[in-house]
Amino acid sequence: MTVEIDIRVQREAFEPGAELTRFSLQNSSSGAVCTFTGQMRDFRGPDRATGEPITAMELDHYPGMAERQLAELAADAKSRWPLDDLCIIHRFGKLIPTEPIVFVATASAHRGDAFAAAEFLMDWLKTKAPFWKKETTAKSAEWVSEAAADVERAQRWAR
Amino acid sequence: MNILYFAWVREKVGAAEETVSPPPTVGTLGQLIDWLAQRSPRHAAAFADRKLIRAAIDQVHSQINASVAGAKEVAFFPPVTGG
Repeated sequence: MTVEIDIRVQREAFEPGAELTRFSLQNSSSGAVCTFTGQMRDFRGPDRATGEPITAMELDHYPGMAERQLAELAADAKSRWPLDDLCIIHRFGKLIPTEPIVFVATASAHRGDAFAAAEFLMDWLKTKAPFWKKETTAKSAEWVSEAAADVERAQRWAR
Repeated sequence: MNILYFAWVREKVGAAEETVSPPPTVGTLGQLIDWLAQRSPRHAAAFADRKLIRAAIDQVHSQINASVAGAKEVAFFPPVTGG
């Protein structure tokens, strides 16, 4: 089956529910649809009680390379699992808390492949796709540092 | 050769983009960083901690010893933090 790859890098907000509905309807032969939404949290730090509230976020990106890198990750996912379809949406620009940042959807015959491919896409996207977050609090605006946990998670998929 | 900077690397350099003509002795990404770092105190500050610098040659992630020969676009940025 041909895998249509829907990849969008956009400034505009999107609605994950509407994207899921559209994605499901266009994959009527798939028994499994898995989605992941990454949304902007409203604090930074180890937990909400001790963390600092974040009022806004600016997402920098590398136009051209971002699309290209996501397409490469999508093709890699396709080569690893029998997917009927997949979709990746990633925002850039200004965001406010609870706004979706990233959306990944995978469709396959059975859930195992859909779950695994969605997790792989997110893990690799976090360490390879050229996006950078800058968080604004009441006191300052700071670039987010790379998380060691993200690097470890991505390494699980190395081959 | 077009050089692009992103995130805090861009802020430290003070420019998003510049066109440069490195001398023939600049063969690798590492050598290009050494050469760029000498252009101004801001460049030097941006490249001060090499461990935090990542690079892409013509939009492909590349290692420090990669050749920049024939490269049209080289980008420097911190480790990515999207998703």
